[in-house]
Amino acid sequence: MLEITPAHYMVLSAALFMIGVIGVMVRRNIIIIFMSIELMLNAVNVNLAAFSQQWQHVMGQVFAIFVIAVAAAEAAVGLGIILAFYRNKETVNIDEMNVMRW
Amino acid sequence: MEIIWLIPLLPGIGAAVTGLLGIRFFSKAQTAFVACTSMALAALLSIYAFVQLLALPAEARVYFVVVAPWIPAIPLETAGGIGEFAVDWGFRLDPLSGMMILIVSGIGLLIHLYSTSYMHGESAAGYARFFCYLNLFCFFMLTLVLGSNFLVMFVGWEGVGLCSYLLIGFWYHKQSATDAGKKAFLVNRIGDWGFVLGIFLVFFTFGTIDFEEVMVSAAAMPIEAAGFGVISLICVLLFIGATGKSAQIPLYVWLPDAMEGPTPVSALIHAATMVTAGVYMVCRTATLFTHAPMVMTGVAIIGALTALMAASIGLLQTDIKRVLAYSTVSQLGYMFLATGVGAFGAAAFHLMTHAFFKALLFLGSGSVIHAMDEEQDMRAMGGLKLYMPVTFVTMLVGTLAIAGIPPFAGFFSKDEILFQTFLHNRALWVIAVLTAGMTSFYMFRLMAMTFYGKYRGPAWKSAAVGHEGADHHGADAGEDANDGHGTWHGPHESPAPMTGTLMALAIGAIVAGFVGIPAALGGSNAIEHFLEPSFVVSADHEVGEASGVALAGAGAEHEVSHGVELGLMILSIFVALGGLALAHRLYLKQPELAGAWKARWAGVHQLLFNKYYVDEMYQGTVVRGTMSGGRGLWRFDGRVVDGAVNGSSWLTLVSSWCSGLFDRYVVDGAVNLVGWSASESSFSLRRIQTGLIQNYALTMLIGVFVFVSLYLLVG
Repeated sequence: MLEITPAHYMVLSAALFMIGVIGVMVRRNIIIIFMSIELMLNAVNVNLAAFSQQWQHVMGQVFAIFVIAVAAAEAAVGLGIILAFYRNKETVNIDEMNVMRW
Repeated sequence: MEIIWLIPLLPGIGAAVTGLLGIRFFSKAQTAFVACTSMALAALLSIYAFVQLLALPAEARVYFVVVAPWIPAIPLETAGGIGEFAVDWGFRLDPLSGMMILIVSGIGLLIHLYSTSYMHGESAAGYARFFCYLNLFCFFMLTLVLGSNFLVMFVGWEGVGLCSYLLIGFWYHKQSATDAGKKAFLVNRIGDWGFVLGIFLVFFTFGTIDFEEVMVSAAAMPIEAAGFGVISLICVLLFIGATGKSAQIPLYVWLPDAMEGPTPVSALIHAATMVTAGVYMVCRTATLFTHAPMVMTGVAIIGALTALMAASIGLLQTDIKRVLAYSTVSQLGYMFLATGVGAFGAAAFHLMTHAFFKALLFLGSGSVIHAMDEEQDMRAMGGLKLYMPVTFVTMLVGTLAIAGIPPFAGFFSKDEILFQTFLHNRALWVIAVLTAGMTSFYMFRLMAMTFYGKYRGPAWKSAAVGHEGADHHGADAGEDANDGHGTWHGPHESPAPMTGTLMALAIGAIVAGFVGIPAALGGSNAIEHFLEPSFVVSADHEVGEASGVALAGAGAEHEVSHGVELGLMILSIFVALGGLALAHRLYLKQPELAGAWKARWAGVHQLLFNKYYVDEMYQGTVVRGTMSGGRGLWRFDGRVVDGAVNGSSWLTLVSSWCSGLFDRYVVDGAVNLVGWSASESSFSLRRIQTGLIQNYALTMLIGVFVFVSLYLLVG
């Protein structure tokens, strides 16, 4: 059976990250963009966990836990903003969120 | 005699009253009353002053009155250091000015009386204006003769020039009259220029302009026998003034034209008084002139030439007043001839007799002109002695007087001049005798053409033939209903004020000469002895002085040559009778001979008839030169001066236009460029702010890639 090396993890992580980036770039629904950001965060987490296991060091896992905690806080704040925006604009389309432009 | 300053002032008051009130409010009678009263008072006062003067002993016959200070002392530079230029309103009565005030006020009064009748055709306003000018003239003339210094004399001198101008141009609607007035005024200006310079030089030389002081200083100076010194220069300048006022060559041209004025004006101003001011001035400054023998000779030559030239022009004039005008110029030439040979007394004597007979002749001609309805051409007269006997007889007296037939006034004075000239200069004497013959000829020619022969004038109304002159007379006269001049009824004797004046002057023309009967005829020549103190400085300065010697020398010669004098008298009587006879033959006995002579001497006739073309010459040279000079200056003014002004304004315009452009494009442009560039750049830069979150995210991503790539590649 093929051994799972850090390279595999990194490819997976990079793929996830790119999926997240592309999601952020191309999607219009802000909920999807939000989810794409979670994808990118978790791609980082995969990386962190992989390197923790590789180097037999707990630091990576601790950092991943911190990322998850921050991501939860970010989700709470971000969803609050989205909710408030939706109440005002009746939409979650990001193209409508342009009140701060020239 | 403290009141001699009143003598000029009285006519001055008369002039002020008639001028300020009369022109508007007075009737003709009131105007005439005011004017004549003021003159009569002045004449009475003059006689009173003269009598007082006579009462004094001969050496003490001089009287000064200072009425008021005029110019306070001003320090001015003179030849002898800083002098004080102070002038008083001072009057001086001495034998010479005493004689002059008698002439001026006496003849002035007569002419005022004459004018009351002669000018009756004027409107009341014109009448008052005329008498205002006439009174003003007498005021200035009396100031002139009474002034005790050059400046007071100059005030009178200029004043009479002004009045002459006003009176010549009295009929100002006549172009020729206003032109003649201007001509007289301008020609006189040339003379006045000399007179003023003379006064300046007198002050510069002597440090004073008072006659007495100047004469005393001058008497102490040596006679400039050989050279041409400062006194000679003063005399030349003063004489230039005299030639202007007294109508001598080369400035005589104004006087014949001055006949455009009313005839009483011609009689008073241009015959009896004003034109003699030059002679008076030379006599007044006699001491100066005796110290400049070269100038004296020049004066004598100019006088003689003027006398001859004017008399020869007078031979052929046809205008009755012009004959008399040239005669006046000629007689004034005699007076200057006399002063030039040092016979100041004879000059003053002739001045006096001339005043009588020339005023008489002018007023007589005025009477004739009046009778002929403003006709002045003698060719349209003739035979008038039937119509106006008084005028005829009085004019005959005047003619005999001017021709020098004894015992009329002109004989004595003219003969004195001829005798004095004979003693000094035979060539000038020949000219003078020739002139005397011409004088006699043209005067009897005038009498013959006017009073003798057949009537040649226009027919009058009773003959039912219209007379064109009547129209313009009517226009001039403004129709005075009761004097019978609305239409012309033929030649007639003039009214009493005119004939009365003529008779008074005729008596003067007969007796005026008797004051100067020469010693050769058993007289004492009283007038010259009377006047002599005015020509030499007071006795204590006279001793051993040149002027005293010169005059005493003349007197001495006078004593020794009674035989010569008598011979000369007889000669001049024959010359006068010769002129008479020639005129009689040419104009009465054989009138066809005049025509024949005219054809034979056509060139000379043309020359004389056209007055030697002097007017044309002046017109061609001086007048044209002045005019073209003025026009040139005007052109210079228009082109260069105005051009410079306009050019500078144009330059200002252009430069302001340029700076306007600079302001608009450069300064405003810079300001606008800043604003424009800010707004333009903001316009393009604000495009970055799309408001699309994904754009921002993309930009951020690219930035991250760039930084990471740089980090990986470079770092």
